[in-house]
Amino acid sequence: MSELVLPKIDKATINKKEHIFKNLAKIINPENVLSHADEIKPYETDALAAYKQTPLAVVMPENTQEVSNILKFCHEENIKVVPRGAGTGLSGGALPLQDAVLLSLGKFNKILEIDFENKCVVAQPGVTNLGLTQAVQHKGFYYAPDPSSQLACSIGGNVAENSGGVHSLKYGTTTNNILGVEMVMMDGTICRLGGKTLDQEGYDLMGLICGSEGLLGVITEVTAKILKKPQVVKAALIGFPTIEEGGNAATEIISNGIVPAGMEIMDKALIEATDNFSKAGYPRDAELLLIVELDGTESEVDELLKEVSIICKKNNCSSLKLSNNEKERLSFWAGRKAAFPACGAMAPDYYCMDGSIPRGKLAEALLEIKKLSKKYNLPVANCFHAGDGNLHPLIMYDGGDKEQLRKTEEFGSEILKACVRLGGVITGEHGVGVEKRELMCEMFNDNDIQQQLDIKSSLDEKNLLNPGKVYPILRKCAEEGRVHVHRGEEKFPDLPRF
Amino acid sequence: MSIEVRKNSQIFQDSNKTYYPEDEIEVSSVVKELYKKNLPTELIGTGSKSFIGNKIQSANKLSLSKLVGIIEYLPEELYIKVKANTSLEIIEKELEKNNQELAFEPIDFGFIESGKSNKGTIGGYLSCNFAGSRRFKVGSARDHILGFRGVNGKGEIIKSGGTVVKNVTGYDLSKLVTGSFGTLVALTEVVLKVLPKKKLSNTIIIYIEDKNLVNELFEKISSSSSEVSGAVYVPDEPQDESYNHNKEMVFKFNDLKSKGSFLALRIEGDKTSIDERIKALTEELELNKLNISLLDVHQSVPFWKKINNLELFAKTKNNLLRAVIPPSKGGELMQNLGNKFKYYIDWCGSLYWIEVKSKKNMQIVEIKKLIKELGGYLTIIKTSPDYDYEETIFTVDHTRLLISEKIKKSFDPKRVFNPGRMYRGI
Repeated sequence: MSELVLPKIDKATINKKEHIFKNLAKIINPENVLSHADEIKPYETDALAAYKQTPLAVVMPENTQEVSNILKFCHEENIKVVPRGAGTGLSGGALPLQDAVLLSLGKFNKILEIDFENKCVVAQPGVTNLGLTQAVQHKGFYYAPDPSSQLACSIGGNVAENSGGVHSLKYGTTTNNILGVEMVMMDGTICRLGGKTLDQEGYDLMGLICGSEGLLGVITEVTAKILKKPQVVKAALIGFPTIEEGGNAATEIISNGIVPAGMEIMDKALIEATDNFSKAGYPRDAELLLIVELDGTESEVDELLKEVSIICKKNNCSSLKLSNNEKERLSFWAGRKAAFPACGAMAPDYYCMDGSIPRGKLAEALLEIKKLSKKYNLPVANCFHAGDGNLHPLIMYDGGDKEQLRKTEEFGSEILKACVRLGGVITGEHGVGVEKRELMCEMFNDNDIQQQLDIKSSLDEKNLLNPGKVYPILRKCAEEGRVHVHRGEEKFPDLPRF
Repeated sequence: MSIEVRKNSQIFQDSNKTYYPEDEIEVSSVVKELYKKNLPTELIGTGSKSFIGNKIQSANKLSLSKLVGIIEYLPEELYIKVKANTSLEIIEKELEKNNQELAFEPIDFGFIESGKSNKGTIGGYLSCNFAGSRRFKVGSARDHILGFRGVNGKGEIIKSGGTVVKNVTGYDLSKLVTGSFGTLVALTEVVLKVLPKKKLSNTIIIYIEDKNLVNELFEKISSSSSEVSGAVYVPDEPQDESYNHNKEMVFKFNDLKSKGSFLALRIEGDKTSIDERIKALTEELELNKLNISLLDVHQSVPFWKKINNLELFAKTKNNLLRAVIPPSKGGELMQNLGNKFKYYIDWCGSLYWIEVKSKKNMQIVEIKKLIKELGGYLTIIKTSPDYDYEETIFTVDHTRLLISEKIKKSFDPKRVFNPGRMYRGI
């Protein structure tokens, strides 16, 4: 992709490479310090694979004390550190830096305690999101946030990104579903926030850490809340002849006092793509497909489905199917869950965007995206978490064609700007990372960003933990607007970098 | 009260040295001046919860009382944007028109202070982050704030969040300002998530003779998929006649025998789903083996209001403690509290409201020690007039205090806002 500006490389660090390796190997088992080119290659990117960077070294500590010792050493020696969970992040939050130690939490993969009495699981950060549910499902419990990457993504990464999923409207995102964390600060201080109680007194530091993208501390333990599975879950699959009618139906469902467990929308391009791919049996004549999932007691769910059906019929739906059993309900989701690979099958590459908009603006947003698709001559398919307003346009392109790459990025950024114009935000659940860093100025002015940077420097005064992520490299948003980088040359090389 | 205009700021300040800015820009100008002159200042709304926290020694006050009004309410988008000093009552009335509510069930602290309702403002409420009985099911106040605008301690106008529930753009400062007791930001605008109100509510009352059963029942309730949205235990206090009299007066309902201990659990929804849930709970909790009664919607709604108004402790002159523990530690805590204290348990076994008689400060020290050992935290909500502050109002460990100091500094480096309200040095 286009040139990415990263924090200035600290030559002093590069020059003392051998000294760093030697000391890291004293702090932890030398086998867990990787520095050879072949060993560190797998770590050069996360799921935003277009950006690659070789780290200085990779360290894989095995316990909290080791994490603390590594950070303390790096703090004293002014060495940057990039934390990494499972590496499934889509915004480049775990992108390594040439002069930084990559701190992999891969060995923190154990569930420490299952506490049914207090309805929580204490886990190391490398445990997968799905792993939490798998540990408790035999007693009918589950962990609510379910990002689509739940098979691979780690709970520590979920905390860093405040991950959501398709059930966020009713069950919230990560921040609403964890009770406590153990965290190590850049200077090596180990602290516990929260525990097994609901809420915590004083400043909500856990709320601050959740979604801070690895800039404020390294999560070494998570206490996650578990919920009892609902008695009954059923879904409806509804096709609409126009985007407006489908969008209106989704809005009306909410304004009628129904809070679906999940509500998903797919546009025509995606209906076709996913149906070709997964043979989900979607109505291919529809311009828009709505999946509504409801949970509760048997009669409550039936009653709500009746109401949903009435609303959809009133909005001229062209097809309506209700799930009669669990198999059918899962088949409704099969296509939606295959949305990303289906797009992958249609074009050499796809670029997944992640804006949030008010539900009522969906039709407007989709029409705008359609226009932009024509302008850039790039096909796009859209899926939308209609329950919580999270829009994922998938732009299809050929990564081998540099011009297409440039156009794709510009297209994506125009979509996110449109989201902000419509009253939404530039990222709903994927995080800012390096990908949307310069777009922060679309939402925040200089004061807003400065306040956030002040928090960052109060907890990491040397700016060593995951620098170059989330915040624009050039600080003065209000004056500069979006930063354009031409051939890797910055406009103001002397301005401080973050 | 005479009102004069301060020439240098052009913003009203009355003879009590209280500023009354009209809007956010004026708040910013006042705070800039306070910052420049290093003047510690108390932030005030309507003062409904001013008794919570440490007393502030500051000459100046900044009243946000003019920042009132609903800015935008979109029921179909499930949010309401209001000026920070809008009264909770007005917000709740507006939401009621569309059958919506603030699901975290705000507590009315007016009753413990003066015996009557005084809900105060939304900004004040968020500053405390104390959720009502539905907390264990739907989350706290902090889980329902989507965004805010405000002025930091340097006088800069800042914002965070937005109007959508899924938003990971930058640090989540909304959570940080919620529960910060006005020590970080003078809130000017807040956006709240709202939810549809459940159609009906019923309450099952279980009369408890054996106290050992209480935590067993709480455990079963929280393990049930019947979506119980309130579970409270009100013990009998045989030693104290005035308490029992008060209890009988507060819980005067046709279908509730207020004598003796009882556990109440609430089920909400439409009629058929309530019936279905009661049926399921009857089996799960083996209700047919217990002595129970049922409060219909006409009794259930006011019952939970009384719980959330803390009416059992109305006008108390004693110390009132709020302790939150992991529910599994309930048995131990109950045993320790024994018959020595008036208390009741909310949040399905997690939250204890405990009254400690005045001049018994040492007991507070002991209770706090125990709560900490049990993995919980304790806040002294109201102090008796003779409280000697032997024990601090809030619970905080050393590391968290250090981090909190740093956070405070990043928002309010000169400690202009509410200095000492939460902790010494913050």
